[in-house]
Amino acid sequence: MEASFYHAKTRYPGIFGWIFTTDHKRVGLLYLFSTLSFFAVGVSLGLTMRLELIRSGMHFYSAQTYNAIFTLHGVIMIFLFIIPGIPSSLGNFIMPLQIGARDVAFPKINILSWGLFIMGGAIAVTSLFTGGGPPDTGWTFYVPYSIRTGTNISLAVFGVFLIGLSSTLTGMNFLTTIHRLRAPGMTWKRMTLFTWSIYATSWIQLLATPVLAITLLLIIIERNFGVGFFDPAKGGDPILFEHMFWIYSHPAVYIMILPAMGTVTDIIPVFTRRNIFGYSFIAASSLAIAFVGYLVWGHHMFTSGMSDTARIIFSLLTFIVAVPSGIKVFNWIASLYKGSIRMNAPLLYTLAFIFLFSIGGLTGLVQGALATAVHVHGTYFIVGHFHYVMFGGAGFGFFAGLHYWFPKITGKLYEEHLAKLACFFLFIGFNMLYFSMFVLGWEGMPRRYYDYLPRFNGPNLVATIGSWILAMGLIIMFYNLIHSLFAGNKAGDNPWEAASLEWQTTSPPPVENFATQPVVTKGPYEFR
Amino acid sequence: MVTGWPNMSNPADDTFFFILGISLTLLALNTGVMIYFVFRYSRKRHPEAEEVEENTLIEIIWTVIPTLLVLAMFYVGWKGFVYMRTAPPDAMVIHVTARQWSWTFDYANGKETNVLKVPVRKPIKLLITSADVLHSLFIPAYHIKEDAVPGRETHLWFLPDQLGSYDLFCTEYCGVGHSSMITKVDVMPQKEFDDWYTGKKEGAAGTEKKPGSEKRAGKHEAGQPAREGAELFQTKGCTACHTTDGTPKIGPTFKGVFGKKETVIRNNQEREITVDEAFIKQTLLHPELDRVKGFPPIMPSQQGQLTDKEIEELIEYIKGLK
Repeated sequence: MEASFYHAKTRYPGIFGWIFTTDHKRVGLLYLFSTLSFFAVGVSLGLTMRLELIRSGMHFYSAQTYNAIFTLHGVIMIFLFIIPGIPSSLGNFIMPLQIGARDVAFPKINILSWGLFIMGGAIAVTSLFTGGGPPDTGWTFYVPYSIRTGTNISLAVFGVFLIGLSSTLTGMNFLTTIHRLRAPGMTWKRMTLFTWSIYATSWIQLLATPVLAITLLLIIIERNFGVGFFDPAKGGDPILFEHMFWIYSHPAVYIMILPAMGTVTDIIPVFTRRNIFGYSFIAASSLAIAFVGYLVWGHHMFTSGMSDTARIIFSLLTFIVAVPSGIKVFNWIASLYKGSIRMNAPLLYTLAFIFLFSIGGLTGLVQGALATAVHVHGTYFIVGHFHYVMFGGAGFGFFAGLHYWFPKITGKLYEEHLAKLACFFLFIGFNMLYFSMFVLGWEGMPRRYYDYLPRFNGPNLVATIGSWILAMGLIIMFYNLIHSLFAGNKAGDNPWEAASLEWQTTSPPPVENFATQPVVTKGPYEFR
Repeated sequence: MVTGWPNMSNPADDTFFFILGISLTLLALNTGVMIYFVFRYSRKRHPEAEEVEENTLIEIIWTVIPTLLVLAMFYVGWKGFVYMRTAPPDAMVIHVTARQWSWTFDYANGKETNVLKVPVRKPIKLLITSADVLHSLFIPAYHIKEDAVPGRETHLWFLPDQLGSYDLFCTEYCGVGHSSMITKVDVMPQKEFDDWYTGKKEGAAGTEKKPGSEKRAGKHEAGQPAREGAELFQTKGCTACHTTDGTPKIGPTFKGVFGKKETVIRNNQEREITVDEAFIKQTLLHPELDRVKGFPPIMPSQQGQLTDKEIEELIEYIKGLK
């Protein structure tokens, strides 16, 4: 048996064997480690915000500090955790294994992507301590505020620009890999639905991210050279910025959620011991989401001053994009039917995902309908909604995948009871924290508020207490995973008895993944 | 007169409960079935899994039915929206200017206030713009909002159907004073509103300004500029960051500031200055030049917002705060 990739001799010694590696598994782990570190920072910032918002009044720090904190929380969570979270870490590690490839198509570009990502992150962090102080615009960088504020916007925006470049390169790399490097017999219909979701995601990364890059460069040019693209005082149009920003940032929402959907789709059959229900419909719905998702950005602008006709068309398209997500949910539930269900932690996280994502999706309908959007837009209702989708959806999907592929990546087993206990805390804390926000939003509390009227006290207190329970769940979960990394029992090559290709090699896999070229003769979820 | 919904929040409420009803039903069904399957087909009760093939009919059913449902939701939302966007022709028009961090409401006869005063049961149409960055005018009680965009005029309307005082928030993040950019909608009886509007009972209703400053200039008595300055302090949004009671807020307090020595920072260089007329004027018009040490560089420029006379009045007011 070949040695695992951890023990293989690398071209450079020690740490350089990692940061100059071209092995997709090492790149995936570099991403995993860096995104989880950023996640820890993002969580801490979120807890700090909830602490300040525990009740009406000013408690721990100033409004300016709060504005910098919520901006950072958003930038870090979106650009440095969720967007690269699943595709670049788990996608990098797992996807080539799932299609029977020895590596991605462009291994050097792969490590370059990580390098750009880290540089972008480092520049964004540098912007906190230099220039006019930490950015305070929110992650949306809306003009004219972002043009006029004295804080260090240009540098932060340039950091995000580099991260976007890294994301584009990863998308291009994965697309080529999936098209060109599948093992003999790996037809499109034998690919796992995780790989399908990475495929759909990569198209969005490749086609949408450049629009963000252009928009960010325009901000830098306007700030430094006074060219009036967006600021009406210079003859520009702030609504143009909103369009350009959301043309990327709405599809980006699907960059975040699609891989999580793919992850849970891979998990369900393994723990029900039967084929997934509606394979081709789930695969097609990923592509439908990726496509229709391009056409709905205007629903972020329902009260922006955009024309009423445009609002009506965007509302219609927004409702259409809800359908493929619904199809996925129905197929996941149908896949439990007549299975033989083993309630292991990955499935438990998956079920939590389905429930939380459903709430996120259904509350999205309230925001998609124009008459209600006019009321809830820009309130805590939105904050609740996108945390249900992004954290309850993408986050829980990521946790499910972390547990599911933990034995694949490390060769170890985590402690099952602790994993379930963590899931329980996460679920309770999550709902206390974010459901309160729906109530606050409907009652009219605007988002991005450093301080609020005393009549919003009740739900805010519940939310803050929920944030502590949620944090406890995260601590238990990561303690379990990190502890098991060193002290866990040996997992064996295929502890879940999964049928997909990544489990048909050793765990952890050798350097070029398979000792001999695999030949695929059946689908990823055929257990008999 | 207004026909149809008697109250602005109804289309939003109706749409909300329609969507909520369908959503809760779907959520309960999904979750119920999911939990049932998990128990019914657990490994203990159902040791051997059975393959259930892909079923195109069922896929079509659960594509078509949700599509119809969401189209119905779209339609309901659309209908309500059209009502919410179409102001009746007899609506009273009030111009709104949002700025960091206050609201100004201008009435047809030149009246200007920072609290939105409206007569009860008369449709109100707001024409909104911004003097600086994006803002958004939100009145939760009437379930309406619309962004204030510089260089552009947006609109909304509502029908204040009951007397009372309601919150008016800014819902588009606009900087450090965002969460204190709050004012009220005062819904008054028609008679009371008319008295205020036509200028009877002057002063009783609050901080409104008289139209035509010539009249004011005519009877120039001692202390008058300072009183005008006090009014400007309220209407121009200074209160979002500055106090007059000695406690620093987002910016320095105005109490005792005149004649005080302060350390200011220009291009990372500290120096000491005395707060005098020239410094206050510079800070109002070019706040980016010097900032007082210990405070963030966020004071918005008042260029074009204040006349020279108004600046003098503000300075007189600040001088008097000892």
